[in-house]
Amino acid sequence: MPLELHTLVAGFPFEWNYIRSIIEVSLYVSLTAVVLSTLVSVPVALFVGFKEFRGKTLCTSIINTGMGFPSVVVGLLVLFTVSNDGPLGSWDLVFTPEAMIISQFVLAAPVITGVSLAAVSSVEQNVRDAAYAMGGTRFDVALVTIKEARYGIATAVLAGFGRAISEVGSVLIVGGNIAGSDGTSVTRTLTTAIQLEARQGRFETAMILGAILVVLVLFINAIVVRLGNGGGRYG
Amino acid sequence: MQSYFIRAPNVVSVTIQRREVIAGIVSAAAAGLAGCVALGGDSDRPAISGETLTLTTTTSTYDTGLLEELNAPFEERYGVTVATVSQGTGAAIESGRSGDSDVVMVHARSQEDAFIEEGYAINRRDLMFNDFIIIGDSDDPAEISGTADAVEAFTQIADSESTFVSRGDNSGTHTQELEIWDETGLEDVNFGEWYQEAGQGMGDVITQTGQSQGYTLSDRGTYLSMSNETDLEIHVEGPVEGGSELLANPYGIFAINPAVHENVNYDLAMAYIGFITSLEGEKIIEEYTVEGEQLFFPEAIAAEPNFRQYVPEQWDGSNNG
Repeated sequence: MPLELHTLVAGFPFEWNYIRSIIEVSLYVSLTAVVLSTLVSVPVALFVGFKEFRGKTLCTSIINTGMGFPSVVVGLLVLFTVSNDGPLGSWDLVFTPEAMIISQFVLAAPVITGVSLAAVSSVEQNVRDAAYAMGGTRFDVALVTIKEARYGIATAVLAGFGRAISEVGSVLIVGGNIAGSDGTSVTRTLTTAIQLEARQGRFETAMILGAILVVLVLFINAIVVRLGNGGGRYG
Repeated sequence: MQSYFIRAPNVVSVTIQRREVIAGIVSAAAAGLAGCVALGGDSDRPAISGETLTLTTTTSTYDTGLLEELNAPFEERYGVTVATVSQGTGAAIESGRSGDSDVVMVHARSQEDAFIEEGYAINRRDLMFNDFIIIGDSDDPAEISGTADAVEAFTQIADSESTFVSRGDNSGTHTQELEIWDETGLEDVNFGEWYQEAGQGMGDVITQTGQSQGYTLSDRGTYLSMSNETDLEIHVEGPVEGGSELLANPYGIFAINPAVHENVNYDLAMAYIGFITSLEGEKIIEEYTVEGEQLFFPEAIAAEPNFRQYVPEQWDGSNNG
């Protein structure tokens, strides 16, 4: 074991550019996808949560089904869409980080919507009534609800991020797991790199990347939880 | 955007700088639309400079590390980027079919020929070859070690019902494996639980074969590059070591027909094919070794004409496949 650790540390500097660029691509793709999904999902959750309309139950079950949608299927559908034969073919998106953002957006959005919806629905009616009674506009009521449901929404964003950064199926298909000949990642993420390294029998590198992935997720969790607390203190 | 302007190298006077910036904005806008990033302002560079070539290829050329050696000097010479997607022969060809790749490097002549006949592939060249080997656990329960004939070895594996891990992924290696099984004349009913389809790349299959102490068909390159990580041994040699001719493994490369997919980067694809089938490219292939062994044998450079490489093998009615 000590010997193994030694070779890991000794081998590290040579691959630093490789590993750093993979982390950058992973974060760029997953964070962008999660930010975009949040911008779409939270308003949708607020709308579905507040409004009574026909087909609300159906709408909710579609969102909940989307939470468990297999990532390879999403990857396949996005590939057909962005492929040169597909409807977005002229945008030249296939095998780019932007295509990966699209597929992770599709994966993360139902998770963020679903969990936010649960959080928003659990905000008590009398809180909303109070906001109305105090002369709040619809927008104010929405803000109050978001504030009340912030832990739930933070959890939703985290769950979405966890889904995005840890999935391997769709980014492998639409991104192509590309790294340049100098070892700089173009569309290689932590997960697809782990898959590749394991395929080539380089389990040490795969383990390092796996550890980085876990640390990264922990780190982002900590930041979001911290932000949630901060908001609570001043709100 | 910002870093793009700072990087513009030949800025001498303010006038030129302004002109460069305007040209830069125009080309950056064009690049933004086209979805690519770096367009150089240098006029002394070839016209293809700054573009990206998408190469879809097999796991075996990628996992051995050969492509990194080939792509680096090509990228440097033309100022371009090669985006290599390693997928396995079947998927690599499918990416070409939908116009998602510009150039395809694979190793399954039958699939390549079909693709040429459908009009998608043009300017095919023989690139290089290595061979397949039958590897397995050192215990060798089917007693195939030293067998000269691949068909006989496969028959013995089936008869003894020893574990055989198949790629099962429509790759070049899988295609080759199925052709050998065809030669054995065995029927589907003969394939029981001992025959496992992995649906994975070569590296994964070698690992899996090691775990289940079975046999598999591997290209020599991937096996050699993984020889540190596996205990499997070579039981049946291919033609490189004087073994069965049936185990030959030739690689071909071709461009995607720009008349079918007008968005493909045909110029760059041909530049790439030109480079790796040049004396320089073939030298890189020749000199590439893993664990002290040469993995691939260049085949593009020959004084004797070889017309068969450009067309489907059976094209002129000749029956020597």
